[in-house]
Amino acid sequence: MDLINIILQGVLVGGLYALFAAGLSLIFGVMRLVNIAHGDLIVLAAYIAMEVIRLSGLPPLVALIFVVPVMAAFGYALQRGILNRTLGGDLLPPLLVSFGLSVILQNGLLAVFTADSRKLDAGVLETASVSFGGLSIGLLPALMFATAVAVIAALQFMFYKTALGRAFRATSDDAEIAELMGLDRRRVYAWAMALCLGVVAIAGVFLAIRSNFDPFMGPGRLIFGFEAVIIGGLGNLWGTLAGGVILGVAQGLGAAIDPGWQILAGHVAFLLILAIKPRGLFPRMDG
Amino acid sequence: MSDGLVVEGVESFYGDFKALHGVSLALEPGKVLALIGANGAGKSTLLKSICGLVSPKAGRVTWRGRDITGLGGAQTVALGIALVPEGRRLFKSLSVEENLILGGQIGRSGPWGLQRLYDLFPILQEKRHQPATSLSGGQQQMVAIGRALMSNPDLVLFDELSLGLAPIVIKDIYAQLPKITGQGMSAILVEQDVTRALNAANQFLCLVEGRVSLSGKPQDHSRDAISAAYFGT
Repeated sequence: MDLINIILQGVLVGGLYALFAAGLSLIFGVMRLVNIAHGDLIVLAAYIAMEVIRLSGLPPLVALIFVVPVMAAFGYALQRGILNRTLGGDLLPPLLVSFGLSVILQNGLLAVFTADSRKLDAGVLETASVSFGGLSIGLLPALMFATAVAVIAALQFMFYKTALGRAFRATSDDAEIAELMGLDRRRVYAWAMALCLGVVAIAGVFLAIRSNFDPFMGPGRLIFGFEAVIIGGLGNLWGTLAGGVILGVAQGLGAAIDPGWQILAGHVAFLLILAIKPRGLFPRMDG
Repeated sequence: MSDGLVVEGVESFYGDFKALHGVSLALEPGKVLALIGANGAGKSTLLKSICGLVSPKAGRVTWRGRDITGLGGAQTVALGIALVPEGRRLFKSLSVEENLILGGQIGRSGPWGLQRLYDLFPILQEKRHQPATSLSGGQQQMVAIGRALMSNPDLVLFDELSLGLAPIVIKDIYAQLPKITGQGMSAILVEQDVTRALNAANQFLCLVEGRVSLSGKPQDHSRDAISAAYFGT
């Protein structure tokens, strides 16, 4: 029973990792940008949520009504103002700029909010749970997982069934020819980043409810997100969810053996999968 | 002012390489121009300079009296210029129908729509839900042509229409060409097969190393003269 419980908790935490990863996957898929600042943007969203809650007194999940649009608008501006200037041909300039952005975000947050670790208070939601047959499922992890599934289903629908998704796919395939269809790539990329940071906002708030956060925890979240994307296979959103789940379960099993092995077990699982299937478990069929 | 296309003294680069050394041409509405020349003569660069994928360093491109030099591809298509690119360059993660819809999303009104295209190329209707790049070469070329037509252009630039296609397929596609250009649309046809291009065109322009070596109406020049111009002898 213990083992089943550990696996179950790991699956649910995997939802959070999938939320970290979904935006990363989207951005890489659309514009081949490896966004090193992704984790720091998650932390930024957590601090913005903290401020929104301080000013409004809203519960954290309700505060998302403000945090999501704020982050999306920031993403649009960030892409138009900075990242678009770095794209085109070489992979290195956007990588370096996003690394610089990561450093700026960390130190900016440090200057404004100090290094104290913070947490968002979601009240009874944090401790509420349902038990059956010896298994106990926390309401918060369950909600986190359900949100991840909903977000990925929504992204999937957007990507394959809407005009915006068609624009994303076309620009990803051949940006030059997409331009001849009237698609300005700079605007398409900006919309992709807006969408990505909308998802990041959700991830940030869940992260901040679940555990303490401080200005320097972004890179760690980035790694989890990366690993989930790679395990699942680049460009496959449902694969990203599976990747998050595998990572969560591996960490849970590692922690059960020895609490110090939690993070390591996740990395080992990642390396093993990479060694056996270098393109991830569910790579996209084409290309 | 011409209400067609006028190119004056255009100089364009392909990377660091100067591909066009002052090329000029004029094309009236409803006419078809065959653009001929050996590999590397600058044909594709000229087409890209017209539709906005390459920004000329000197010279001027005028379309219906409006200076469109250096305007991006997204703007030129809105003004009625469409490209059927060399190698087709279909969107591989889009279905046949999605490729066509994307071509039409610029929203210009005109005779072309999905149904009209499916009447012209019935095979595309049958395969409309398949990934575009899963089709045969000839069928992919039909999608590429259809995608360009969906924007209801007044000028279509065809780059290497028959490259890599079986002769029987090329014949089929050329048989459909009058139905396309017959709508008062002008076209520039880049083609390896000089004879076929000249037969389909009202006028021609021959490029050698980025310069115009001969131009005019096909019937006004002997095949020997055109051949000499082609090889730059």
